[in-house]
Amino acid sequence: MVVSPSTMAAVRKSGAIPNAEFLLTAEDVRKEFPGVVALDNVSFRLKRGTVHALMGENGAGKSTLMKVLAGIYTPDKGVVRLKGTEIRLKSPLDALENGIAMIHQELNLMSLMTVAENIWIRREPLTRFGFVDHGEMERRTEELFQRLNIQIDPEAKVGDLSVANRQMVEIAKAVSYESDVLIMDEPTSALTEREVEHLFQIIRDLRSQGIGIVYITHKMNELFEIADEFSVFRDGKYIGTHASTDVTRDDIIRMMVGREITQMFPKEEVPIGEVRLSVKNLNLKGVFRDVSFEVRAGEILGVAGLVGSGRSNVAETLFGVTPATSGTIEIDGKPVSIDSPTTAIRNRMAFLTEDRKDTGCLLILDVLENMQIAVLQDKFVKRGFVEEGALSEVCEDMCRKLRIKTPSLSERVENLSGGNQQKVLIGRWMLTNPRILILDEPTRGIDVGAKAEIHRLVCEMARTGVAVIMISSEMPEVLGMSDRIMVMHEGRVTGFLDRAEATQIKVMDLASR
Amino acid sequence: MTTDATAKASLDATPARRRHRRVPPEANIFLVLIAIALIYEVLGWIFVGQSFLFNQQRLTIMILQVSVIGIISVGVTQVIITGGIDLSSGSVVGMTAMFAASLAQASTWPRALYPGLTDMPFVVPIAVGVLAGLLAGFINGQLIARTKIPPFIATLGMMVTARGISKWYTKGQPVSGLSDSFTFIGTGIWPVVVFLVVAVIFHIALRYTRYGKFTYAIGANVQAARVSGINVEAHLIKVYAIAGMLAGLAGVVTAARAQTAQSGMGVMYELDAIAAAVIGGTSLAGGAGRITGTVIGTVILGVMTSGFTFLRVDAYYQEIVKGIIIVAAVVTDVYRQKKRAKV
Repeated sequence: MVVSPSTMAAVRKSGAIPNAEFLLTAEDVRKEFPGVVALDNVSFRLKRGTVHALMGENGAGKSTLMKVLAGIYTPDKGVVRLKGTEIRLKSPLDALENGIAMIHQELNLMSLMTVAENIWIRREPLTRFGFVDHGEMERRTEELFQRLNIQIDPEAKVGDLSVANRQMVEIAKAVSYESDVLIMDEPTSALTEREVEHLFQIIRDLRSQGIGIVYITHKMNELFEIADEFSVFRDGKYIGTHASTDVTRDDIIRMMVGREITQMFPKEEVPIGEVRLSVKNLNLKGVFRDVSFEVRAGEILGVAGLVGSGRSNVAETLFGVTPATSGTIEIDGKPVSIDSPTTAIRNRMAFLTEDRKDTGCLLILDVLENMQIAVLQDKFVKRGFVEEGALSEVCEDMCRKLRIKTPSLSERVENLSGGNQQKVLIGRWMLTNPRILILDEPTRGIDVGAKAEIHRLVCEMARTGVAVIMISSEMPEVLGMSDRIMVMHEGRVTGFLDRAEATQIKVMDLASR
Repeated sequence: MTTDATAKASLDATPARRRHRRVPPEANIFLVLIAIALIYEVLGWIFVGQSFLFNQQRLTIMILQVSVIGIISVGVTQVIITGGIDLSSGSVVGMTAMFAASLAQASTWPRALYPGLTDMPFVVPIAVGVLAGLLAGFINGQLIARTKIPPFIATLGMMVTARGISKWYTKGQPVSGLSDSFTFIGTGIWPVVVFLVVAVIFHIALRYTRYGKFTYAIGANVQAARVSGINVEAHLIKVYAIAGMLAGLAGVVTAARAQTAQSGMGVMYELDAIAAAVIGGTSLAGGAGRITGTVIGTVILGVMTSGFTFLRVDAYYQEIVKGIIIVAAVVTDVYRQKKRAKV
């Protein structure tokens, strides 16, 4: 029987729902995005009055599952049951009215409105004349805060609150909907230790009131401290559910990374030369600290770490997008000061950014215009005029060399596939003849064939003596392509692994320190 | 693998995989221009009993009227391509017209503003006008690049300020008695020549120089442009300074043509210039637009006005229809972008 959400909400109000063992279950849920299976027939069960952690690497599928449960995504296949009754959520609001509330990582509050206004939005108590009854609204807010043991002024503007307090307001808002299920996405990522303790206290209180909490985290110690159960996901698949008292940290890591690497990489042994880039005690205030490493000519340094570990920030700082607050960068043993991408390019660096659409492609312009833009800084220009003939010839050669599938150089880049867009961007940087190449997620969201070609290109660049830094969330890619792997966690370098000694377990161990 | 092979084969089959010329996007706008002209021609024979197109005098007056707008619009087009907007150009026209005229007065004129500075060679007032425009644009650019305030606000401030300066300059008095050597550039076909020369120069600059490539890149994706090593701030300052300079040039031409300067000159010109660019296919979202389109857009505005006068339509209706056309052009632009996003 499928109950439409609105009926479900009505039934819920009447209190006639039986006390099913599981608050929320998902069975064989499947969700595909173009080119990716984000959830591959995944199952999940949340017991009443428990904290259930979702664990997994980046892209394992935990965020997608959470969004399915919260009504943000509609699953392609599968059944979601709330207290044993099948539901089909149409929107986050729908989910909220059914008692499933989500607390996002990026908090969704209106910062110019007061705490009370934020909590009771759309449900404001009214006076006889139809005006908002602010007194009543604040009284209700205080009542709610007392129940949760939160000390926040209901009349304060949300924008003036600390991140921790804003999170408390979000939780209070969720509770005010009499939610049975609370979904929290890395709630501690911006909190201090004391704030985390307060949050955990609130979570324990809510748990004792019978609320079920889905808790997503990258932090292993939190799992043991707060979670009763945990489920592990890997590459969109459900791996297993266990009680957190039954396992050790090593067991979990093994579950998270226990895939067999069957993929082949075109990695070849090339002679490794002198130190090309040397970074010492690089700091960016509030983002990462004391990052030191070296990359040699011909070497591929893989950079691993979970989302938020500061990998991309280090790359951006190296390239001058966000100049460092302290630390030194040396190229060929000479200290350089890189304060903008322009100076980075002058030092023969190249940077393939993480987000192809946001910071890479000039989508509405054509292939030639996309490819030429970096090299025009100092080549193919005579007295301000672009040497169109020579330039389009080398771009054409580049298209052929990179096997870019495009009808012509004047095709708009937005009409190309993701893999070909990425190759155009690689072409943009190859034209500048870089000596240091920084790649941030070079193969994200592109098909297998294009992936292999990009791997081949990167190896070729290394063979010609380019020093390569490759950031990747894909464990097989990092292990298969790197000569050395640097692992980061929460803005710090937690270790280096040589190609010979690196395993998935060792990388994950360092990444979750 | 097969798709790869076919793709390669098709590439090899076309030996010169150069940028093949597609139908230029201006073609559509040009057809619109022809259509409007033909409608007037037909209406002309029906209601007025004479030809609209085959009247050289009318066409000359029409093109003269819009050439000042055209000069401004060449600059505004470049600003819009970067994803910005310039609201100050009309006021800059007024201000630079006053500055230029005050240094172009003949000694025979009894009430010269600077009695010691009469009968100057004509290059002086022209240079002063153009440089004052350049400075105004440079300040716009500095504000936008350094303080990161939206171009709308920065140029709105300049719009009000420049208008204020042109009123303050003579306490509202007009500046007349301009020397013949100066007013020469406003006579005959000269304003049209200035417009076309400016259009050709910046058409070439946008299409064939690094300046042009960077302008489009910034408008298409400012983050990507920055990561590609473009000094976005410095470039934006250049673009706004050029737009200001062209507004200054337009101010000089306006004063020369009117043989006088008044603080109220150029009111609303900025909107006509933006309209000409948008009608000509420049996208307000940035990254797309061409000078050829802007020239056609300018002529469309001219033909519209001239045609209404020719048909003796009330001036009130003219403005109403002009407003509708501008909105229609922007709606078309939005629609085009949506359609593209779907592909």
